[in-house]
Amino acid sequence: MATEILMPALSPTMEEGTLAKWLVKEGDNIAAGDVIAEIETDKATMEVEAVDEGIVAKLSVEAGTEGVKVNAVIAVLADEGESAEDAAAAPSKTKPADAGKTTSVKPEADEVADGALDGDMADRRVPAEGKVRPEPKAAARMSDPDIPEGTEMVSTTVREALRDAMAEEMRADERVFVMGEEVAEYQGAYKITQGLLDEFGGKRVIDTPITEHGFAGIGVGAAMAGLRPVIEFMTFNFAMQAIDQIVNSAAKTLYMSGGQMGAPMVFRGPNGAAARVGAQHSQCYAAWYGHIPGLKVIAPYGAADAKGLLKAAIRDPNPVVFLENEIMYGQSFDVPKMDDFVLPIGKARIHKQGADVTFVTFGIGMKYAIEAATELDGMGIDVEIIDLRTIRPMDIETVVESVKKTNRCITIEEGFPQSGIGAEISAQIMENAFDYLDAPVIRITGKDVPMPYAANLEKLALPNVGEIIEAAKAVTYK
Amino acid sequence: MCALAKTSTAKSSSKSVPKAPKTPKPIDYDKQQELNAYREMLLIRRFEEKAGQLYGMGFIGGFCHLYIGQEAVVTGMQAALIEGDQAITAYRDHGHMLACGMDPKGIMAELTGREGGYSRGKGGSMHMFSKEKNFYGGHGIVGAQVSLGTGLAFNNKYTENGNVSCTYFGDGASNQGQVYESFNMAKLWDLPVIYIIENNRYAMGTAVHRSSALTDFSKRGCSFNIPGIEVDGMDVRAVQAAGELAADWCRSGHGPIILDMQTYRYRGHSMSDPAKYRSKDEVQKMRAENDPIERVKARMAEKKWADEDELKAIDKEVRAIVAEAADFAQTNPEPDPSELWTDILIPTDGEAA
Repeated sequence: MATEILMPALSPTMEEGTLAKWLVKEGDNIAAGDVIAEIETDKATMEVEAVDEGIVAKLSVEAGTEGVKVNAVIAVLADEGESAEDAAAAPSKTKPADAGKTTSVKPEADEVADGALDGDMADRRVPAEGKVRPEPKAAARMSDPDIPEGTEMVSTTVREALRDAMAEEMRADERVFVMGEEVAEYQGAYKITQGLLDEFGGKRVIDTPITEHGFAGIGVGAAMAGLRPVIEFMTFNFAMQAIDQIVNSAAKTLYMSGGQMGAPMVFRGPNGAAARVGAQHSQCYAAWYGHIPGLKVIAPYGAADAKGLLKAAIRDPNPVVFLENEIMYGQSFDVPKMDDFVLPIGKARIHKQGADVTFVTFGIGMKYAIEAATELDGMGIDVEIIDLRTIRPMDIETVVESVKKTNRCITIEEGFPQSGIGAEISAQIMENAFDYLDAPVIRITGKDVPMPYAANLEKLALPNVGEIIEAAKAVTYK
Repeated sequence: MCALAKTSTAKSSSKSVPKAPKTPKPIDYDKQQELNAYREMLLIRRFEEKAGQLYGMGFIGGFCHLYIGQEAVVTGMQAALIEGDQAITAYRDHGHMLACGMDPKGIMAELTGREGGYSRGKGGSMHMFSKEKNFYGGHGIVGAQVSLGTGLAFNNKYTENGNVSCTYFGDGASNQGQVYESFNMAKLWDLPVIYIIENNRYAMGTAVHRSSALTDFSKRGCSFNIPGIEVDGMDVRAVQAAGELAADWCRSGHGPIILDMQTYRYRGHSMSDPAKYRSKDEVQKMRAENDPIERVKARMAEKKWADEDELKAIDKEVRAIVAEAADFAQTNPEPDPSELWTDILIPTDGEAA
């Protein structure tokens, strides 16, 4: 029986890649461990090793093919005694290939575990219809500066938008520099800082040792002295090593000094769950930092918000925690082509107007909200979606105004339930719109458990569209 | 002291390897230098004694950590610096602020939590700053100031301003992890920072030998190729000499350096500490034989410079300054309740309230 070789995943969130080159040809006899192909993502070129031995019966995907889905059959091996022709035609057992070695970059095993070699791929968990729904433009402008009529919109990934924001602000202000693990020569663990070293040099794009507590503190000190650091954490999970400097030094110095000095800086990096990386790499910190006076906390969803808000964060004279999401990095959205596209911090955006129930969410929570709202639309429930965008200062006014109209509210977040963002919003609605409520506020959150590794358990631990739909039906009594 | 490795990194091997510095001889002070040091150290001591009094009277609340006994360290260091050099320390910070030239009234009023305090009463004893005097705090978390001070040095190198960051911490903080993270980066990037370890022999109540596997703090930079020298922190002339050497080392582009300041605090860790972990004799012996202020007086007597009237005039002037500060701190009003809500964030345009 023939053995199929499948397109391997190079990272927890990769869904497809380019089969750049075959290093074997049909008829070759290969052994386990032989390098048979090279595949590329936007971040790395990896060698694919054979897991089994046999004769290459068929190369199913031509070299140079882009967008090869993970687990697609890329080649067929004939087993001993089987002719290549038979194998190519016969039904077969499947064996994934093993991608382990790189050519252009050298990932460590734990970096792969970190998702650091994420291909630029869509989320596996949220069954989106291939691409993100277009932004409703009219709604998007409700609280943002006007985008001039006729402005060209450019499809941009969140990753590129973040990089562009940093590059533009670095061009405009000599005091701005980027510091973190692998931000310079490696071009960013998630390739957010791609190209910055080339343009701005080693003085302003600085690789640090793996030492979050130390470099966060150095960043705060540099900010106190007058510079404008952008401190990248490879993920916010690692920022717990540095949280004392973020909270005790960056957030509180302005107050403790009677306004004499503070820390104008940005702490940024991916926050929340990626995919299949387990409990220590899958946590949302929005509520943690949102708790602290003296910080601003931003959690954008799309690329335009990522760009406009990161530019605002870098310019802000206060410490800003900027929570990104690994799963969103590769997704494309329209970004207005403007010389200086900056968005206001502290303003929520009504993503979709609706009459029956208000969804309040932020960051990747928007994906669940949008999908649930689409399904609910078919059931005759008209959802209003509010993207908070900024966690602190929180735009409660927009939430309250919406609840006064819809009389119902569901909050959606991937973080834990207790003392979470949804808990805060519930309390705010109780205080500010109690008489308008026709149903209790329902919180849809990550479950109150450490993130499990098993795919089925992970899925259960995260919020899902089904439970949002059930909640919407419950509060609308349908 | 550790010898500097000859080729520790590609970076440092490409330039001439500097000779590892050795503890310099104390500076031969002239009369005026002795008098200046005397005045500066006496101001710190009298100020701290007064703070202790005010604490006992209930004017100062919370924590209050006195610097009595350690005056020579910051006095000698400040004498070695130039305009623009920064200082940053932990919470035993009153002496550093006075040595940086901050107004005793503003410091004392902060201790009493009044509107005339440096932080308008919002910081207290442990959290005070002066941008004008390049004093960057006043930090309550042991060890955090070491990373922050390294960040000040990062700014100095980035802006090429020629300044050095004097980053003070104690023997206790020397065991914090972020200290070594900072050492590593400071040397990796050759940042101009002087790490001044004020080894007063006790981390709160824990004697150095009970907390530290290596009690020679001058060697704490060995793993990072940071040189260190031991300094008699009870002799202001020795401190200044070491401070000048260290500042010169940093300004010459050699990166960080450690000064192991061997000093002693006479009082408890804080006001509530009865200091039962050491004998009264130990404290008495140190006071009798090594007091930094008495040592100035003794030297002046030896050189026949001691002019009783001159010293008395300084005593009187210092007492008046401290009395005025204490008076101000007791009579100055508390901050307006509206101050509760100021200085949390710097307001920006185009932002939701």
